[in-house]
Amino acid sequence: MSLQLTSPVMVAAGCGGTGRELAAFSDLSGLGGFVTRSITLAPRPGGTHPRILETPSGLVHAVDLQNPGVDQFLALELPWLVRQGARVFVSMVGRSLGEYAELARRLGRAPGLAGIEVNLSAPDASGNGVFDVREAFHAASVIAAVHRDLPRGLPVLAKLRSDLIRVAESARAVLEAGADAVVVGNALPAAMPDGRPAGLSGPAIRPLALRCLTEVLDGAPEATVIASGGITTLADARAALDLGAVAVQVGSALLHDPTTAGRFVIGLATPGEDLT
Amino acid sequence: MSSADRPDRGPLHVTGELLASRRIGAHHHLTVVAPGIADRFRPGTFLAVSTGAERLARRAFWIHRVKPTGGYGATLELVVEERGPGTTWLVHQPPGTKLELTGPLGRAFSLPQEPVSCVLVGEGYAAAPMFPLAERLRERDCSITLVVAGADEAHLLSALEARRSARAVTVVTADGSVGQRGSVADVITEVLARAQAAVVYAAGPAPTLHAVAVAAESIGAWSQVALERPLTCATGLCQGCAVPVAGEGGHARLVRACFDGPVFRGDRVVWDQLEALR
Repeated sequence: MSLQLTSPVMVAAGCGGTGRELAAFSDLSGLGGFVTRSITLAPRPGGTHPRILETPSGLVHAVDLQNPGVDQFLALELPWLVRQGARVFVSMVGRSLGEYAELARRLGRAPGLAGIEVNLSAPDASGNGVFDVREAFHAASVIAAVHRDLPRGLPVLAKLRSDLIRVAESARAVLEAGADAVVVGNALPAAMPDGRPAGLSGPAIRPLALRCLTEVLDGAPEATVIASGGITTLADARAALDLGAVAVQVGSALLHDPTTAGRFVIGLATPGEDLT
Repeated sequence: MSSADRPDRGPLHVTGELLASRRIGAHHHLTVVAPGIADRFRPGTFLAVSTGAERLARRAFWIHRVKPTGGYGATLELVVEERGPGTTWLVHQPPGTKLELTGPLGRAFSLPQEPVSCVLVGEGYAAAPMFPLAERLRERDCSITLVVAGADEAHLLSALEARRSARAVTVVTADGSVGQRGSVADVITEVLARAQAAVVYAAGPAPTLHAVAVAAESIGAWSQVALERPLTCATGLCQGCAVPVAGEGGHARLVRACFDGPVFRGDRVVWDQLEALR
């Protein structure tokens, strides 16, 4: 499967709500893709409070994968998104290879899906029971399991850890295992003030996310790469695309300004001077 | 039906302008021009404000008043208590500052169909939405009893104005500097009984809202509480502000304070679980 996007602007996992909330501010059908929050087999209640805290130019977050589980998602959320004309990429995460395979089987049969994004370890994975993908071959085994059990050909995006040392190796491994593209620039591992594992997102991580992007572009030149990580302005988006990314994912910026994705769609389609 | 399905009712994201900022007691009253947002306002909805590009989380404020202002269209008045770097930044901006504003956000107070007796409880700056609510209830011929509470006189919001908009007013301060000494919890049962309340509306800290919800249930009144939770996006995107509410079969389910609230039925909030989330 090759990845065809109608716009180089996507909404990053976990930052677009269920879609209904974002629709008031950004036209979902104009986006290259709407990535859902990560869906698990069983519902997850999420973590204790505080879940999200502000840091200088960033956010630390320990939402702990709150989601309604795949059944509720398929019944209540996906049909609405598809009706809006959104190109939906479902982010999935599992505790074992078996769970990833089961999710691939369940989601792969859902009508209207544009693709799958495999969350290869949220940054707060330690302690929340997610399958550990620290090594490249772990990540590849997850992608192989998903690829094998997808009932039909759907693009598979692999969202990699922002581990500068291993990100290019991981990209090569997941592509060989059947991924169609890699998403680079996931939140960095961090901690809440009380020590709970968390992720760090926002402009604070953008330079490091950019370095992960160049590592992958250099180390896996064949890869189709989607850039994320602190992309806030149109200039940030253009920089990633100019380096060689096929698309950008907008995440934390939407929490600060929910019109960001919609503005990027128009801005990137319009050559000339940027307004922001 | 969600607001996304009703474009005329949904929130707007606009660049507004700070028109005036004045300190009254412990609070700052900010008047902002927010094109389009005023027309959609209903009491209980709130406004999210950006406080600089380096502070990613939005700051949420109750809308205290909507006023037509010549030349500007309608303006909104917010009540701000200085509590951290974001609010400090905001209250020190000079008039004319451009502000990124999103609103009106959230679910508003439901109004009764019949002209019934209503008790309105507001503590500290959170009393702000009670005044426009009182106006709407008066238009429906509801009889209104107000309870205004605060730590001290400086934290009492518009107690004088309260006397104009209600049949009876109870003022409570923690230090006894004005009105009765004590808390909302100390007086609410008696106020509800005296007013023979059918509906109670409340905004303030969670323990106050809990006390109001319990008191309302004990006399068979409906309660609607406006919950304030720490917010990040304020628009329902981030899942940072989970509130446990009673669901089917006695199981609590988590909803979002900003999108599914901020106004909840007091008997639906699972108060002990809400406290445990902190």
